Amino acid sequence: MSGTVRINYRDALRQGLREALLRDPRVFLMGEDVGRYGGSYAVSKGLLEEFGDERIRDTPLSESAFVGAGIGAALNGMRPIVEVMTVNFSLLALDQIMNNAATLRHMSGGQLNVPVVIRMTTGAGRQLAAQHSHSLEGWYAHIPGLRIVAPATLEDARGMLFTALQDPDPVLIFEHALLLNVEGDIAADPQPVDIDYAAVRREGTDVSLITYGGSLLKTMQAAAELAEDGVSAEVIDLRTLRPLDDATIVASVAKTHRAVIVDEGWKSGGLSAEIMARILEQAFYELDAPPARVCGAEVPVPYAKHLEDAAIPQVAGIVAAARNLVK
Amino acid sequence: MPSLGADMEDGTFVEWHVEPGQDVTRGQVICVVETQKGAIDVEIWEGGVLAKLTASPGQKIPVGQVMALVATGGEDWKSIAAAAPSPPPSGEPRPETPGRETIQRPAAVVAASGAVPPSSQRLKVSPAARRRAQELGIDLAAVKPSGTLGAISIADVELAAAAKKPPDRQAAMRAAIAAAMSRSNREIPHYYLATEINVERALTWLEKRNAAVPIGARALFAAVELKAVALALRETPELNGFYESGAFRPGPGMHLGVAVSLRGGGLVAPALHDVDKLSLADLMARLKDLLRRARSGQLRSSEMSDPTITVTNLGDLGVETVFGVIYPPQVALVGIGRSTMKPCVIDGAIVPARVVHATISADHRVSDGMRGARFLVELDRLLQQPEGLA
Repeated sequence: MSGTVRINYRDALRQGLREALLRDPRVFLMGEDVGRYGGSYAVSKGLLEEFGDERIRDTPLSESAFVGAGIGAALNGMRPIVEVMTVNFSLLALDQIMNNAATLRHMSGGQLNVPVVIRMTTGAGRQLAAQHSHSLEGWYAHIPGLRIVAPATLEDARGMLFTALQDPDPVLIFEHALLLNVEGDIAADPQPVDIDYAAVRREGTDVSLITYGGSLLKTMQAAAELAEDGVSAEVIDLRTLRPLDDATIVASVAKTHRAVIVDEGWKSGGLSAEIMARILEQAFYELDAPPARVCGAEVPVPYAKHLEDAAIPQVAGIVAAARNLVK
Repeated sequence: MPSLGADMEDGTFVEWHVEPGQDVTRGQVICVVETQKGAIDVEIWEGGVLAKLTASPGQKIPVGQVMALVATGGEDWKSIAAAAPSPPPSGEPRPETPGRETIQRPAAVVAASGAVPPSSQRLKVSPAARRRAQELGIDLAAVKPSGTLGAISIADVELAAAAKKPPDRQAAMRAAIAAAMSRSNREIPHYYLATEINVERALTWLEKRNAAVPIGARALFAAVELKAVALALRETPELNGFYESGAFRPGPGMHLGVAVSLRGGGLVAPALHDVDKLSLADLMARLKDLLRRARSGQLRSSEMSDPTITVTNLGDLGVETVFGVIYPPQVALVGIGRSTMKPCVIDGAIVPARVVHATISADHRVSDGMRGARFLVELDRLLQQPEGLA
């Protein structure tokens, strides 16, 4: 019951899936290769054997069709979990996600709601080249009617799914590919997690490092390096990208008076820009230095290892940005 | 941040006596705030569980701004703490009565324009540093920048502030008194009434009472007078309360502000609560305690903020009559002079008797001379029956 278990992010995701399938008969999983192949990232491995092909459903290679089917199932009382292989391919289903899932509650005057959960992998770092490596969650965070979450820790990887299934409206879960093999110890007994608030992952007084998902570990490492240098960095894990938890961000900036936003997405029109705008709108008089950003380079993510590394946020860049603000 | 006096605009937070998760009860001292009148123990007005402490030591907090969040009625303090938004930047306007706004706006504008030089020689200052400089009264033109992009940072401003000499407490209190009294004379149409009261009976009664009890239990005549004032106010409740936003609000009890002059100079008038309901012995004990704490700078927030009328007793100083200036937003001030032996005509005979001059300064917007006179007559009547003041 109590105690901790050693687990990696992939297995934590699978535990979350299993738990959801066990606890609610309306829950089923569908997507490309989620059944017989065990999921492109092996997250759903073994679930077909355990739950059968009624509840673990392989779909044709047509994102628009199976995301649309998920939305339809949700409209009719089911609690579908739709897996899209990566966010890059979700663009094929963008019409379904945006024009149906996000809008139906509003367009039906509240008569319909779409309790679908759509999971997808995001992010670079595995030399899969541009068409498999982008971080487009910021685009989805633009859309009213969706809730966007990004589990960065093992607890969130395990717990966010079930909480998302309780939401009467569509929730998109972005799982960063680089996290899948990250291992750690978490409570053996799963505790519910919220999908409303950002979390302060490390407390500090000199600068707020605001990040989420795949950049959290790099940012934590940067904070540790900064500490050796005498700079006390606070690390905020946004967790939920829409709606943003402004209060936690503003409270942190009010304490540190400096902010660095770390986001693997592009700067232009991106999530980092939105966060910065909110800091300026709500905490302008708290700022003791211009807010800074460490983001993905404005190029399609390259294939070559050294170029890919250079194109996405790294520890050294985060440390340098923070140092530049803390004189 | 409670208003610990009509003239108070902000207080500097000193320390918490409590921590999140702790049960608190109404009236409990939870923190200390430094004001122009010294360090004040602040009491809480709501019982419950402290969820989140937002004020931190050294922070200058405007009146009305949140200092802490309390979970009441079985709310879960942890979820309140988690959900709590950060306090609004203290640069935001706080709720004020229209009257205060008209007084304070010009000063704020002057300060802002003083801090922002013309754009041709515009200084690079971080927003937070600019605000800090205003709080500390630092001239930004004299601050050396070291921050990002060559801008003046908070640290630069604080360095400049440390170089300045510490603020003069005496001067600050003088300024606070000046502000309150100027406002009073500007806004309150005072009327003044005075009468001579024969206190021979009352003093004789008190001397006899004091002779019968141990030294520690003896009462000052000032305590007898306070009790009489409180009881007399029952006849004329329109003298006991506040004039706010163009209307009179009766005081919630007979909370007499006792004017205490401080050894180093200056004046405070903290409240003795519900004086009409206290026995003379209790009243004396509380008065003694209040005087001691006023002089050692350990007053409580409720004592500072809620006197419903002020009583000034210059008896010791040897003048016979004192006409006071009302402490806004109160609506009256009672003055009592030194008791002196005078020839009095009683029942056609001239007899020596001790008398005091009692005066009232009252706000003509709220009461008229007849009512003020009624109060003084009642005060006289009560002092002729000192047994009723025990």
